[in-house]
Amino acid sequence: MDVLGTLKGLVTDSGFAALMKAGGWQNLIMIVIACVLLYLGIKKKFEPLLLVGIAFGCLLVNVSFFITSANGNADALFHQDMWDEFLNPDSPVYHSYGEILKHGGLLDILYIGVKAGIYPCLIFMGVGAMTDFGPLIARPSSLILGAAAQLGVFLAFFGASASGQFTGAEAASIGIIGGADGPTAIFLTTKLAPQLLGAIAIAAYSYMALIPLIQPPIMKLLTTKKEREIVMKQAREVSKTEKIIFPILVTIFVVLLLPSTAPLIGCLMLGNLWRECGVTERLSDTVQNALMNIVTIFLGISVGATTIGFRFLELKTLLIIALGLLAFCFSTIGGLLVGKVMCWLSKGKINPLIGSAGVSAVPMAARVSQDVGRKFNKNNYLLMHAMGPNVAGVIGSAIAAGFLLKVFGG
Amino acid sequence: MNQIFFENEEGQDILSASAAEETEAVVVAPAPETEAKVMPLADAGITAALGYGVVFSGLFLLLAVISIMGAVFKASARKKAAKAAAEPVPEVPELPAKLAPGTAGELKLFDVPDKEAAMIMAIVADKLQKPLNELRFISIKEVK
Repeated sequence: MDVLGTLKGLVTDSGFAALMKAGGWQNLIMIVIACVLLYLGIKKKFEPLLLVGIAFGCLLVNVSFFITSANGNADALFHQDMWDEFLNPDSPVYHSYGEILKHGGLLDILYIGVKAGIYPCLIFMGVGAMTDFGPLIARPSSLILGAAAQLGVFLAFFGASASGQFTGAEAASIGIIGGADGPTAIFLTTKLAPQLLGAIAIAAYSYMALIPLIQPPIMKLLTTKKEREIVMKQAREVSKTEKIIFPILVTIFVVLLLPSTAPLIGCLMLGNLWRECGVTERLSDTVQNALMNIVTIFLGISVGATTIGFRFLELKTLLIIALGLLAFCFSTIGGLLVGKVMCWLSKGKINPLIGSAGVSAVPMAARVSQDVGRKFNKNNYLLMHAMGPNVAGVIGSAIAAGFLLKVFGG
Repeated sequence: MNQIFFENEEGQDILSASAAEETEAVVVAPAPETEAKVMPLADAGITAALGYGVVFSGLFLLLAVISIMGAVFKASARKKAAKAAAEPVPEVPELPAKLAPGTAGELKLFDVPDKEAAMIMAIVADKLQKPLNELRFISIKEVK
């Protein structure tokens, strides 16, 4: 046996050697970024359920990018080249999932669920099963706040287009970060600009985790002390029958209005119907817990896999991060401004702080409204009032995504 | 050597020509260029305004539908309540059981809300380790 040759082969084939070759430094930077994201997820608890998975997916794909064998990089966990061919209309394997299944690595196989738009919809099913739409049914005017808080989506879309760096489809995917809804952002980006998926998913989930830091200064800036102290009247009680009819009505009206919202709205409302109808507790429980956890694992790791160094480390990524922050801020501003109008119209019965909860991020945004409200009036309990706009925001961002998909999805 | 396998029409594995070349470093193709160009600013503005409008109109439609549903349910709840109020209350035969010696009804409250009084009575009963209905509270007065 040629011991020296074997050792030499081990050294030259190792990832450490590959890091020193052309482009290897990019993977090295991504490994550092993955470690930072892991720190934020584990230590700072920034959306840990998804961020830890995304960060580890990022780590895995960047350390295993160099896996070589007799079949070249055929043993790698994720093959960006294969997915590029998958999206290339001139390729013989255009849109061939069979090719991915045949030659793909573990992360390629898991990524099929993202590419086909399955994971975001299943997550929406779980979100529906976990959400009580009662506060929204009791005060339907919350829907206006949910609509107003989509301002950031369209301003960021316009900003991205104006930057001249992105196509319309890419700008639409960046704009949806302002919806503060991870699954919706992933769903739309996969359909319109899959090459930006990693950056957009990381931006969306990071900003969602940062909502308690991003929103309060804007809330204080745009509202007066008197407005923040407004105590809202308890909303009426909603009957069980209303809660059962609600998901059916929403599905009929929203999907008829914008058929492209069917996957997201359909799954959200099916999950909610399972929760409310009272005869499918087992299904509701499975969707809320087991299924949601399994899909979260697959979604996180496969989204993280798209953050390969050479694709992620671009000026575009920085622009996406900046535009995403702007989108979040403007969505909060949109909700607050319409909240102020509603406060004025209701002669001071509505606390405008609940407007900021119109960005989806359930229930974090509603909790922020509650915390800021209580800071100024210890007897103020805004949580249930803010849940209305909060869940309205989920429907609003799904409609915004449906619109953008209709316009740019071809 | 990097190899990328594709399947041809006969289902046989073929090697892509570009990938068959010997390379030292790992070479990755750039992202496929999209045919779509950057959107003109005016179009982007119109799309953004239209999109925001669509979200508002969609949720307004939903608001109308939910409001109608809410009104129907509220009206039916009111009807039920009115019907229940109109129906004669069936006479309940008087219970022969002896009333407890002390009841909240006999209690006189001076500047003390009902809730606080109930709490005080519960605390006293707990401290004395006696059931509440065996205690007789005559009055509760706030000491100012």
